[in-house]
Amino acid sequence: MGTMPEDGTRTADGELDPAPNGSLPPTSVDDAVRDAEERRWTPAKIATWVAIALLGGVAWFMLAIVRGETVNAIWFVFASVCTYLIGYRFYSKVIERYLLKPDDRRATPAEYKADGKDYVRTDRNVLFGHHFAAIAGAGPLVGPVIAAQMGYLPGTIWIILGVVLAGAVQDYLVMFFSMRRGGRSLGQMAREELGVIGGTAALVATLLIMVIIVAILALVVVNALGESPWGVFSVGMTIPIALFMGVYLRYLRPGKVMEVSIIGFVLLMAAIIGGGAVAGTEWGAAFFHLDKVTIAWGLIVYGFIAAILPVWLLLAPRDYLSTFMKIGVIAMLAVAIIVVRPEITVPAFSEFAGRENGPVFSGALFPFLFVTIACGALSGFHALISSGTTPKLIEKERQSRFIGYGGMLMESFVAIMALVAAISIDRGIYFAMNAPAALTGGTVETAAQWVNGLGLAGVNITPDVLAQTASNVGEESIVSRSGGAPTLAVGLAHIMQQFIGGTGMMAFWYHFAIMFEALFILTAVDAGTRVARFMLQDSIGNFAPKFKEASWRPGAWLCTAIMVGAWGAVLLMGVTDPLGGINTLFPLFGIANQLLAAIALAVCMAIAAKRGSFRYLWIVAVPLAFTAVVTITASIQKIFSSVPAVGYFANNAAFSKALADGKTSFGTAKTTAAMEAVVRNTMIQGWLSVIFVVLSIIVIVTAVLATVKAFRNTAAGVPNVNNEDRPHPSRVYAPAGLIPTPAERELMAEWNKLPAEMRVERAGHH
Amino acid sequence: MSAAPGPAGVLHPVAGAFRGFARYMQGVMGADAYRKYLEHHAAAGHGTPPLDERAFWRDRTDRQDSNPQGRCC
Repeated sequence: MGTMPEDGTRTADGELDPAPNGSLPPTSVDDAVRDAEERRWTPAKIATWVAIALLGGVAWFMLAIVRGETVNAIWFVFASVCTYLIGYRFYSKVIERYLLKPDDRRATPAEYKADGKDYVRTDRNVLFGHHFAAIAGAGPLVGPVIAAQMGYLPGTIWIILGVVLAGAVQDYLVMFFSMRRGGRSLGQMAREELGVIGGTAALVATLLIMVIIVAILALVVVNALGESPWGVFSVGMTIPIALFMGVYLRYLRPGKVMEVSIIGFVLLMAAIIGGGAVAGTEWGAAFFHLDKVTIAWGLIVYGFIAAILPVWLLLAPRDYLSTFMKIGVIAMLAVAIIVVRPEITVPAFSEFAGRENGPVFSGALFPFLFVTIACGALSGFHALISSGTTPKLIEKERQSRFIGYGGMLMESFVAIMALVAAISIDRGIYFAMNAPAALTGGTVETAAQWVNGLGLAGVNITPDVLAQTASNVGEESIVSRSGGAPTLAVGLAHIMQQFIGGTGMMAFWYHFAIMFEALFILTAVDAGTRVARFMLQDSIGNFAPKFKEASWRPGAWLCTAIMVGAWGAVLLMGVTDPLGGINTLFPLFGIANQLLAAIALAVCMAIAAKRGSFRYLWIVAVPLAFTAVVTITASIQKIFSSVPAVGYFANNAAFSKALADGKTSFGTAKTTAAMEAVVRNTMIQGWLSVIFVVLSIIVIVTAVLATVKAFRNTAAGVPNVNNEDRPHPSRVYAPAGLIPTPAERELMAEWNKLPAEMRVERAGHH
Repeated sequence: MSAAPGPAGVLHPVAGAFRGFARYMQGVMGADAYRKYLEHHAAAGHGTPPLDERAFWRDRTDRQDSNPQGRCC
């Protein structure tokens, strides 16, 4: 084999040689052996899967058919986990076997581009956690809470089935295709596969979508912190804590990441506890009592400064803190729900499921439920994470199923737990918290009266209950705390106090929940602003090359200012919106996120078609068609609906007419200035919807054209352009999933017998 | 993943599990990046000495300045 080229070693049939170097064991389990193993159904294996299917079936039966007076939260856990297991074991295997066809004899970018820094082979279980921490944030904690307006069942079905058939598929596909391309980003892949028009539309759409997503995440934080001295103090303290951690890691003890994270965590707990004490004092309550507009401006200024400061000072340390909290919080939530098993009294379908004027978010169940819950079911934003960072760390091709598909299932489980936490609280409290102040009137008396007037079955709330709940969680008021985060925090506090600490600890748990949600969101805001700034610099750089230099300060600052200005404007619009920002803006967030998913799936479809996988193209085409229909329908309703609560332009026309008629108050807007604000906001929101949907349609159409062209080429025998990196033979081996199969163990044993100097350095010594 | 050697026999599995978990968390958070860099450096057989720990972490965060990683919602 001495004359063979160093890489691209191939056998006569064009396949990579399983053992590129005669002295090494095979780098892949033999296909026939794996096949036989997968198809061998032992009685124990059959019994296990029958048990999983039965348990899942019973759980779904309890949730969807029985629907007694109350339903126990544990059925949500069983229904979701059993469905995930079945989806993972069977459906993702179908995708692997027939559509993606990974080949462990091919080296991954982490192997053939290894540099010890960006391209590093990472133990699959570690990378699973790492990838999960990168994709999961506040999104799955917020969307399901808002969607609970329609009852628990629509959201539950969409989260669980959506992830198995769409969300996890998107993440897996994007990750695999990016891995085959040396870790290229979604934008670069779109450009390569769809050409200049499709690629440019995808880029501009991505940029705009990021602005909307960052703005609405920021709006969630503002709503959670407005008029909450305790929250403002403890979340504000995360900034000096992160700065301290940054300096510690840079100058005092470089590289001691765990140590500094634990110190940071302890300080964070102190900030939460201290927040209660500070908010209890007269000066503290006065000083940290900020209205929403002030907080929004604070966040905008902060966002700009954070994005131009060096990464080591603020972003990197806060990212460590956020990751640390994320894993801990999610484990805690799962344990608490399993131990406490709250009884849920929310109906499967609420009175608002059949209407389109719900107080929490407006619009009918189809399509708006499917955009309200984005993260947890199908999140386009993940495509930006699944391409780029994670593919550069994967050790073996077959591991992409566990990390990409499995990681997204995990996020979906987080969404289910958030839903359970939110619906474990009284429905009356839920609606009092999530309806805009324009409806509830803002006081406990008016809110109770309004909620009781909704005519919801079994709901009869007194002002005392609202006041008592607020005082239990250490807040002045919980009325009209929309945005999802405060509701989840109340739900979490409600569950956790039954587990640890009793009512006396509710205020701590509430602010603990607000703290981690704010932490996740601030990290996403910072990182989002930076990524968007680079995308903008890169795009302007095509006309003014100077902008491409990342180190050129004026360019960087200008582009940061543009991006912060863009999301800041949307944020302020949401904060000051007389209609209640979340109610009108949250659908825009979901539409933006799902349109990004449509773009990602469209790119994946074009790639799959060019690989000639036409028989199994439905795996991509079905979720693409679904999300395209959902988002385009939602956009069209937002643009053309004549119902003012739904259509931006209809609302605009109604308020314009009222102004022209000389009215000084209309609907929920009590002043002329407020009416003018509605006219302005609805116009901007309307045009944003138009731009999004047009750009996305361009991308989808170019992808369909690329698919058709690939089909014609294949029929005519013309080879399609293949943008994958050249194959390199692998020289390492690692199993594909969490638990190695017998054949994988055998092969691992063979590798372990090799003398150390014969092995390429192993990833992660576990 | 071997259990930590300790005098108290009862603590063995607990200490072992704890160490395993700590190592896992280190990996997830990227705390072991320098160790991996050294391994790569040794295996790649570069003639130059590797970066020291301080310089490595400095370089790592500084490269993130011009190469930001997204964080999801």
